[in-house]
Amino acid sequence: MAELIAKGPFDGQEPVSAGGAVLAPLALGPIWSLALFPGQAKAAEQALKPLDLGFPAPGQWLQGKAGARLVWTGRDQAFLIGAEPLEALAGLAAITDQSDGWAALALKCSAAEAVLARLVPVDLRAQAFPPGRAIRAGLNHMPAVILRVESGFEILTFRSMARTAWHELAEVQAHLAARAALTV
Amino acid sequence: MRLTCPLCGDRDRREFTYYGAEDYLHRPAAEAPLADWDGYLHLRDNPAGETRDLWYHEAGCAQWLLVSRNTVTHAISKVELVAERKA
Ligand SMILES: [Zn+2]
Repeated sequence: MAELIAKGPFDGQEPVSAGGAVLAPLALGPIWSLALFPGQAKAAEQALKPLDLGFPAPGQWLQGKAGARLVWTGRDQAFLIGAEPLEALAGLAAITDQSDGWAALALKCSAAEAVLARLVPVDLRAQAFPPGRAIRAGLNHMPAVILRVESGFEILTFRSMARTAWHELAEVQAHLAARAALTV
Repeated sequence: MRLTCPLCGDRDRREFTYYGAEDYLHRPAAEAPLADWDGYLHLRDNPAGETRDLWYHEAGCAQWLLVSRNTVTHAISKVELVAERKA
């Protein structure tokens, strides 16, 4: 059988440090969509306990055991990131492997908020969007899931749009750098 | 214009797609009189004041929303999830 080579969505891409922000590819590990069947929220909460997770409220993400995270992504829907789904969830939620469907980026440092302010029409400043928050919103014209973590932001977008997302963000970094150079 | 999505919070209008009047939630039964189907498909009020219509949160949670708003003052008084409304 042919030996297939798995490639990340940003293979070969070095981080970009410009405009007071650092943009870098991010490897998140497995991503599973958990879409609750009607009326199964309570049972799913119980089933998630071994991972030290509950079901996240709208706009939230939760940190569980051993790197497992559960990110709200819609009504009665969340992404389990960095862990395999538990057997106990069978029958409580529609579980689909989305690992290869998404591209993830880390955006950090002092100007990270200023970069996103040019692309996302939602207040993502720390006082409105602290660590533990997650939203679905448009990154310019692309659907995205955005998480606030201690070090900044994690941005998930469709893998087919990975290069466009990178371009949008890096371009804003260049604009901010150009503006800073003007006002010296 | 901003809409407060029950799931996503306060969001800009460009994240939403307008569909039409609340009437679309009240589809007649297949065997209903033709007059009911005519009303459902074609007849709309054009109120100066309170109105209710459907919006889709396309760039957010992908839910259908029932928005109560005033066409005179542009005030938005309520935004509800269609999926969770009591029929
Ligand atoms: Zn929403």
